[in-house]
Amino acid sequence: MSLSAYDVIIIGAGSVGTPLAWQLAEAGLKTLVIDRFASVGQGSNKAAIGGIRATHSDIAKIRICLKSIEIFSTWKETYGDDIGWLQGGYAFVAYRPQEEKTLKDLLVLQKQFGLEIDWYDREDYLKLIPSLNPEGLIGGTFSPGDGSASPMLSALAFERRARKLGAEFRYGEVVTAIRQEQGRVRGVITDHGEYAAPIVVNAAGGWAKEVAAMVGIDVPVQPDSHEGGITEPVAPFLRPMVVDIRPIEPTPQMAGSANYYFYQHHTGQIIFCITPNPPILGTDVRETSVFLPQVAQRMIDLMPRLRNLRVRRTWRGLYPMTPDGSPIVGEVEEVQGYINAVGMCGQGFMLGPGLAVYLRKLITGDRDEETQEVLDKLSLYREFAKAEKLK
Amino acid sequence: MSQFRIQSHPILPIPQREAISFTWQGKTLQGYADETIAAALFANGIRVFGYHPKDGSPQGIFCANGQCAQCTVIADGLAVKACMTLLRPGMNVQPLSGLPSLPEAPPARQFHPTRIVSTEVLIIGGGPAGLSAAIELGQRGIRTLIVDDKHRLGGKLVLQTHRFFGSINACYAGTRGIDIATRLENEVAQYPTVTSWLNTTAVAVFSDKRVGVVRSLIDEQGNSEYVLIEPQVLLVATGAREKSLTFKGNTLPGVYGAGAFQTLVNRDLVRAAERLFIVGGGNVGLIAGYHALQAGIQVVGLVEALPECGGYKVHKDKLVRMGVPIYTSHTVVSANGKESVESVTIARVDENWQAIRGTERTFECDTLLIAVGLDPVDEFYRKAKEFGMVAYAAGDADEVAEASAAMFSGKIRGLEIARFLGKNGFEIPTEWLRTAEILKSRPGEVTHETIPEEEAVFPVLHCSQEIPCNPCTSVCSQGAIYIDPEDIRKVPDYIAKKLGVTCIACEKCVTICPGLAITLVDLRKEAEFAHVTIPYEFEKESLKAGDWVTVTDTAGNLLGEVEVIRTRIAKATDRTLLVKVRAPRELATKIAGIRVQENWVAQPTEQWVERLEDDTIVCRCERVTLAEIKEVIRSGVRDMNEIKALTRAGMGACGGKTCSSLIKRAFRELGVPPAEVTENTLRPLFIEVPLGVFAGVKEE
Ligand SMILES: Cc1cc2nc3c(=O)[nH]c(=O)nc-3n(C[C@H](O)[C@H](O)[C@H](O)COP(=O)(O)OP(=O)(O)OC[C@H]3O[C@@H](n4cnc5c(N)ncnc54)[C@H](O)[C@@H]3O)c2cc1C
Ligand code: SF4
Ligand code: SF4
Ligand code: FES
Repeated sequence: MSLSAYDVIIIGAGSVGTPLAWQLAEAGLKTLVIDRFASVGQGSNKAAIGGIRATHSDIAKIRICLKSIEIFSTWKETYGDDIGWLQGGYAFVAYRPQEEKTLKDLLVLQKQFGLEIDWYDREDYLKLIPSLNPEGLIGGTFSPGDGSASPMLSALAFERRARKLGAEFRYGEVVTAIRQEQGRVRGVITDHGEYAAPIVVNAAGGWAKEVAAMVGIDVPVQPDSHEGGITEPVAPFLRPMVVDIRPIEPTPQMAGSANYYFYQHHTGQIIFCITPNPPILGTDVRETSVFLPQVAQRMIDLMPRLRNLRVRRTWRGLYPMTPDGSPIVGEVEEVQGYINAVGMCGQGFMLGPGLAVYLRKLITGDRDEETQEVLDKLSLYREFAKAEKLK
Repeated sequence: MSQFRIQSHPILPIPQREAISFTWQGKTLQGYADETIAAALFANGIRVFGYHPKDGSPQGIFCANGQCAQCTVIADGLAVKACMTLLRPGMNVQPLSGLPSLPEAPPARQFHPTRIVSTEVLIIGGGPAGLSAAIELGQRGIRTLIVDDKHRLGGKLVLQTHRFFGSINACYAGTRGIDIATRLENEVAQYPTVTSWLNTTAVAVFSDKRVGVVRSLIDEQGNSEYVLIEPQVLLVATGAREKSLTFKGNTLPGVYGAGAFQTLVNRDLVRAAERLFIVGGGNVGLIAGYHALQAGIQVVGLVEALPECGGYKVHKDKLVRMGVPIYTSHTVVSANGKESVESVTIARVDENWQAIRGTERTFECDTLLIAVGLDPVDEFYRKAKEFGMVAYAAGDADEVAEASAAMFSGKIRGLEIARFLGKNGFEIPTEWLRTAEILKSRPGEVTHETIPEEEAVFPVLHCSQEIPCNPCTSVCSQGAIYIDPEDIRKVPDYIAKKLGVTCIACEKCVTICPGLAITLVDLRKEAEFAHVTIPYEFEKESLKAGDWVTVTDTAGNLLGEVEVIRTRIAKATDRTLLVKVRAPRELATKIAGIRVQENWVAQPTEQWVERLEDDTIVCRCERVTLAEIKEVIRSGVRDMNEIKALTRAGMGACGGKTCSSLIKRAFRELGVPPAEVTENTLRPLFIEVPLGVFAGVKEE
């Protein structure tokens, strides 16, 4: 068995672990990333549809995502690889007074945080998104600074950059234990070998609970599954990510759903997904027959011209959920050197790069006030009382 | 449009159809209402259907089976697959160039909830395997639903104009494929518990053990319906798909599979090519060449990389006798042309399958058929197994072989399923299992041709290779032709002497042999001349008494010109023309066939040309080159999912059906052991379906 020494070991080469490896390598830390899959981003990262927004209602997520947007939007000019970044904005539509109120209430808060987001009435909204079904439309919000990118191209770009700076990636390897001595992390044991490091980051996505349990920590991360799909490409006709938060109650004949959202990817393909109601808990990522009819009806109802667009592929992936919809990030009291970067819910892709910047500060001991504020909000020891409005 | 229509055919009837008008790029053209847009365009000599959004490369027909999206055109404003969409009067068809724009649509009035249908057995695929299984299930009163994406049952059989090999007792050997299809179709129709849904494509298998299917053309408006089927048992009888090949210019319009060719020619009755070149000497390529000749298409040549053709020798002999050169130990170097295929360059290969410089030759042709083997269409089966469904596979979907073997494997699966569903009182006959194995066998050794010692009248059996075939033995009223009934792979023998019987010159063996490998020599009529009866599957008008024809031996060597003294075609000969010629006695037993194609057809051009641009494409949907794939592999990538993310190979409309095997081949070529390679994750859909169909939106 090999015993090599690293500064940091990251468990999981996903939406979070991969940009973190880049950030840590850039800070000069000898970094190893271990993942059970055969290559980068094959867990939930691959299932993400690629939406990126800073317009949350929680200050920590806003801060993180603003940093992420900075990274995504400048990646190509800085490093050269095309990650499919498109600044199309996010549009939350309202067809009922309930949603109008929710969105407008939230707007006040978001404006306080200085976010670029506005309410548009029906006519103006239709100018912005002409394909929307005008029947019953009240209006909606639009945040032009938000956008989208390709999760796979991004993961590959982060990995490429991290490797260039000396980070190592081991694939097809499962971490089975985390070594500790006297309350300190010493490294990890995998099905292939053993690696030493004083710091281990849990970025294991849907498997976060199992990994945390390796150091005796219980993290309240419960994966639930969401299905997504992608269509054939067509000429650009839709700019923003369209989000419809109206819930549909389940009936005996039909499964229910919460929000769904879709946008036109940089390739011209429409990518879409839906949140089942009630949630489907567990790590089963096998496709079901419920998804397509359900999401298709809702999408066509909202945007009639989508009826002729052909679906190419569908899949099912995991949202690593927490009780309040915010991630769990930072050190734990019981074990030194163990760091959580888990519970990304439906937003791990957009949070990843920004989070990596804050985690780098934490790990290199360069913790400023802002970092502390973000980490406090995402602490494992916070009150997991109320859920965020727009998960 | 008549120039590219088949006006008459020795086997297929040419129906009278009413022409309709449509426009292509604003120009008014004629087509038929019951044909696809692709057929109508081909019939008007149009082979380039659009230009790829990525690099503007010309696009045309590739699979002709709705599996890829290469033939996409804009029909009345909507991007559609030309090979699957029927022409309508006045249709405005435009080439696709760049990304299509999505038309506006009015808000949907109503969404119809998805129907869920239960059945005991769902059979995906109504080809020989699926139908044979359905017959067994129907006989036992089991509720069975067959779905098939074509407009009639029979699968690939309906494209086969030739007589079938195999066992005459077990699987209709000696009968033409199209007629076997009709027989199976009629038999299935007798069973009240068996239902068939035509024009119905299975698109996915889900973990809740349901199979999603799309029924097209359910009403006058051309609506489709998405249905979820809940079977107790799933039988996957989806057949095989053709393998692709990488060489320069391999995606030029005019390069396509033999299956697509047979569809255009034998189903759509379009003269899809004027001059055809074939890559691959298996049965598929050999038969396609024969079908081309029957459709009046020149067959310039056929290359086979191995030293011998893999298909049945009798199939090969047929082509060679008719004047088609076969280049063994040769490969295709490039398909050349600007917008579509204008010529092909071939070269001899060395022991490492590499083209030998200096041996190149170029032939003018407009179409290059790729017939380099088949892969099972097994994605439904694999998914069903992954999801714990009770699933079986039959026919090519289980193991690629001949249609006769598929029928047998279908029958056996049918019985296995019946047993699983609790039906008793029967055994699966052990001889079925044995026959199934025999029918699957690859051609064996070449032993001897049977040339009887001079008698007054006798057949010559130019059939010297062990293949599963025996119809010749069953038609002889004298019992004079013998093959070991225990193993029909054996070569036939003429045993009249041994039995003490004589041949009565009924010509039945000459007629029925699917290999056209039997001639009848009659020495009784004239002192110096022999009369030789040769089977001939071209139009009866093409030869008459008094004509002179060139005859050849089995290997295609010219034996000379001889006079036709009689032709005979009758109900009993089932479209096979029996041509009797007068030939010098010493030639009589050598004569094996009549030359149909003149020498000049197969001449190479003076100089060889080669495509300069290295556009060897692996993923034709996303236009990813072999060079790009190899570079990624050389950089250390071993996960095909990663290759997909990096290059987009496999992300296209066909879902990697075409390129996956080429990527695996690239790994092999670079010496990467298969164990190191992670395969693509298999995700539904297996065919693209509009959102409106899933939503249950209907055109009013
Ligand atoms: C349908 C769908 C749509 C989505 N859309 C968006 C979106 O638009 N925007 C957005 O920001 N987010 C979106 N998400 C959410 C996003 O995908 C996740 O939040 C994010 O990928 C989680 O990141 P992660 O790094 O925690 O997990 P992952 O990306 O899953 O990475 C975790 C990695 O850890 C590895 N691992 C786990 N345990 C072990 C072990 N013991 N040993 C070795 N390796 C291990 C796994 O193999 C995996 O590769 C979507 C999710 C789904 C399912
Ligand atoms: S011609 Fe008739 S009798 Fe003679 S061998 Fe053939 S089948 Fe038998
Ligand atoms: S001679 Fe007999 S065994 Fe040979 S191909 Fe003809 S029918 Fe088949
Ligand atoms: S050839 Fe269709 S996806 Fe590659």
